[in-house]
Order: sequence, then structure tokens, then C-alpha cells
Amino acid sequence: MTDTTTSAPGSASIPGRATEAPIAARRKPPIKGAAVVMGLYLLFLMLPLYWLLNMSLKTNAEILGSFTLWPRDLTFANYATILTDPSWYSGYINSLIYVCMNVAITLTVALPAAYAFSRYHFMGDKHLFFWLLTNRMAPPAVFALPFFQLYSSVQLFDTHIAVALAHCLFNVPLAVWILEGFMRGVPKEIDETAYIDGYSFPKFFVKIFMPLIASGIGVAAFFAFMFSWVELLLSRTLTAVEAKPIAATMTRTVGASGVDWGVLAAAGVLTIVPGALVIWFVRNYIAKGFALGRV
Amino acid sequence: MNKTVNQKAWFLVLPVLALVSFSAVIPLMTVVNYSVQDSFGNNQFFWAGLEWFKEMLESERMWNALWRQLAFSAIILAIQIPLGIIVALNMPKSGFWASFCLVLMSLPLLIPWNVVGTIWQIFGRVDIGLLGYTLDAIGIEYNYTQNFYAAWITVIVMDVWHWTSLVALLAYAGLQSIPDAYYQAAKIDQASRWAVFRYIELPKMAGVLMIAILLRFMDSFMIYTEPFVVTGGGPGNSTTFLSIDLVKMALGQFDLGPAAAFSIMYFLVILLISWVFYTVMTNMDKRDGV
Repeated sequence: MTDTTTSAPGSASIPGRATEAPIAARRKPPIKGAAVVMGLYLLFLMLPLYWLLNMSLKTNAEILGSFTLWPRDLTFANYATILTDPSWYSGYINSLIYVCMNVAITLTVALPAAYAFSRYHFMGDKHLFFWLLTNRMAPPAVFALPFFQLYSSVQLFDTHIAVALAHCLFNVPLAVWILEGFMRGVPKEIDETAYIDGYSFPKFFVKIFMPLIASGIGVAAFFAFMFSWVELLLSRTLTAVEAKPIAATMTRTVGASGVDWGVLAAAGVLTIVPGALVIWFVRNYIAKGFALGRV
Repeated sequence: MNKTVNQKAWFLVLPVLALVSFSAVIPLMTVVNYSVQDSFGNNQFFWAGLEWFKEMLESERMWNALWRQLAFSAIILAIQIPLGIIVALNMPKSGFWASFCLVLMSLPLLIPWNVVGTIWQIFGRVDIGLLGYTLDAIGIEYNYTQNFYAAWITVIVMDVWHWTSLVALLAYAGLQSIPDAYYQAAKIDQASRWAVFRYIELPKMAGVLMIAILLRFMDSFMIYTEPFVVTGGGPGNSTTFLSIDLVKMALGQFDLGPAAAFSIMYFLVILLISWVFYTVMTNMDKRDGV
């Protein structure tokens, strides 16, 4: 265990680190046990990812010809293939476009609704809330065919907005749920004070209320991004060429000469990158965020 | 919080209502439509009543898929919930290592589902995958495309890999919210580690654990992409879960009537079980006086 001084604020929770022999000796085993458990778990999580990364840096000949734990013949050709071929990288752009659209739409409609649910009783509010949640429970497989017909009939088939709207089906209920949890934590007196000070509702909402639940909005956006980014069934059903997501493009690697494993692995690694970036930005809110504001 | 009655709040909900109606009610009505009609093609439909429902209820195929699905959901819940709690209990409380663990643990959650399938498909292959190669090298016969048990174990391990972090992060958030005073009181009482867990940590985590169970149940019950990529529902039909079967029926064979009846019953089962979870959860919220 390296004794990093960077963990100073948290050192209170690990007493006995600085103190000497007897206490430290008694306290140490549980810490070590925890490290072992976490180490094993993270190893389990990282091994398949490492293997994907490993394969993406090998040539196909090395992948199929020999079994090596790390690339002997390091190559970036697989990545070059993807980043220079428009039919490959347009998949990433398409995915990012509809995911961003989805996040924007989701937040715009979910914010006022969550406010209503967190502040007021109104006719049918409980039923409405559960009905919204039922949409989160609806299996995408049930909706695939009707969506295809619906969006074809309104001329939206194979557009980004179609996928963005379709993903609202499960993202909006979740966002309302998350935001409602965060908004409940804001005391009602703040609203009332703002009204007495002469704020109109929209002005109050944007200027005062939204900054207060900024972390909640971030978390809702994160979840909307996450579920829209990882979904494949609907986005594949609703697109053909123009808005084809990267996940669907990946099936292309099966060619006449078999599967192009190196390129497939490289494409997989590249789909992990946006998610990893988003996690890095929200890392301090992740824990509270995953509890949907209900801690 | 004491809420006031305000019917005008409906206006704030209207956008959500409009959007979700468009993307949920209309498609759902289409499904209902198909479920009670039959067609000889050419877009000519006629009334079939509850024929399709009867046919699906009597079909062994649907029941088999349903039992497989229930077994799958039960198994992954039984593994992920305890494992998630264990991981959460062992996580560093703060500082660099906490962030480090959080970021690494969240990674699998943000990988597109078909890529998750691809990762495990590669990982389990006997010729080029680390797991398959290792198992083969130490003499365990492992072939997820041929062997029933290997296919199930692969799909379950994949799901554990993919989603345990969600449970762990939720439980971790619950643990973080426990004030230090609780632990100090326990220390004064010389409570055992088990007692601390049973009477302090578990009750405090109950709320978030319910969310975890609800989310994991819903999502595992709808699982489609990952097993489809890895096993394609095979060997035979052994990993054909409800969604895979449904897509096969609706988009593969284009049996719209039966598929629609299947969809509605599928949806109702999820709804029923989730409603039970939801009721328990809201009751717990009330009891805690939120």
C-alpha cells in the first residue's frame, strides 16, 4: 500500500494509518481484505476490456495465428481504418448526434414535469407518475415494429430525430424520476421567497431553481446519455443509412474473408471512449447520482 | 414535504404527456390492434378476437421462454445484489482511490450493449479469447455455442460483469449517507461487524437497494442485445429469452398477430412485478417520512 498524502481529507476514515505499531497492526487486516476484494473485482471488470484493447492493437495474422497476452507486433492500422473511412466514423457522429438530441429533449420536458410532481398534488398525479414509469419498463422489443411503422408513416424513418424521440420513451420517465428525487430535497420556502421577491415562474425556475439542482440535472443528463448511447435495438430498427449508429455499423466487419477481428475490436474500444469521458466529468457526482437523489 | 393541491400543475406535465403519448401510446395501440386481428396479407385485416392470446397461452414456446427469462432474472438478481453490497462495503470511502474505483466500475455501464456482447463473444472464444483459451488449456471443455451450461454461464457471467457495478454504486451511495455518529455509537456499544451491517448499514441502504432491484429486474427481463450477440439464443433455444423470441417472431417470421399478443402479455408481466416493487418502495419512502 503506497501511503499517498493526496488522500489527506479522507484519512480520518482510515484511522491507524499514521499511528504506530500495535493499533496499526490490529487495524490493518480489514483494510487489506477490502483492497483484495476490490482488486479482484476490478480485475474481473478490466480483463475483458484489456483483451479487447489488446486485440485492437494486433494484426489479424497475430490474432488468429498465435495466442499472445500483449501485442508483439504493435499496430494502429485498425484504428486508422476506422478513422479514415467515412462509412465507419460517420457511425460515431450519427450516434453522438442522436444521443445529444435525446439528452436535450429529455431534460427540456422532464424538468417542468418533475417540478410539478415534486411540489404539487393534482388530479391523477400518482397514476400519471406510475404510468410514466411503466414506459421505462416497456421492453424495446415490443416497440420495435410499431416504432418502425409510426416513424415511417410520419416520414421520419432514418433520421436522427426519430431515434432521439424513440429513446425518450425510456429516458424521459427515468429523468422525471431522478429529477423529482433531487427537487424534493430543495425546501419549498425558496420558491415562496422568490415569488414574494417578484420573480415570475420561468425566471425563478431558470435563475434560481435550476442552479440549486444542478447536480441533479447533471445526473439526469448522464443517465439519458448512458441509456441512449448503449441502446441498439431501437436505433438499429429506425435507421438504414443516413443515421446509422456505430453499433449497427460494427456488424459490417463480417466480410467474405471471415471476421475482421482487429477492426471489430478497435471499433469496440472507440465506442467505450465517449462513455469514459462522460464518467470522468461526473465522477464526483456518480455515487449520489446513481442513487437518483434519494439518499 | 407537504405538497399543495394545484390543478394548474397539469400544464407543467403536458409536454411530457404529449411526448410520451406519441412515443408510447400510439405504438402500443398498434400492438393492441394487431393482437386482435388477422391478415391474409395485402393490408386487409379482419377481427380475430382473443384467438391469438389463446394460441399464445397454449404455446409451449412462450411458456418455455418465460420460464427461462424468470430463471435468468432470478439468478442474476441473486448474484448481483449480494455481490454489489460486498463490493460497496469494501470500497475506499474517499480520496483518490475512491474516484479511481468509481470510474473503473462505471466503465462497463457505458459500453453499448452489442459491444458488451462482442467483448464476451471474443473473450470466450477458445481460439482467440483469453477466457476460452485458458479454460481450454487447463482442460475444461468450454464452448458457449454448443454446450447448454457453457452458454448459460457465459450469459450470466457477462450480465454480472456488466451490471454488478450499478448495484454496487447504488449501495455505495446509500452507505455514504450514513452519518459517522452511527458508527461511533456502534463502536461504543461494541457492536460486531455483522451487527453494524445488519442494524445500521442494511436499513440505510434499503431504499437504494429497492431501486437497484427494480432497475435490475426490469432491465434483465428485457435483455436482448447481449445474449443475442453472444449466443444468438442458442444452442437450440436454450438462451432464447422473451425479447429474443419476440423479435424472432415479429421481425423474423412476421407473425404479427401472435407477436402482438405475446408483446402485450410480456408487458403485463413486467408491469405486474414492477408494480409490486414500486408499491413496496413508495411505502418505504412514506415510512421514512420523506
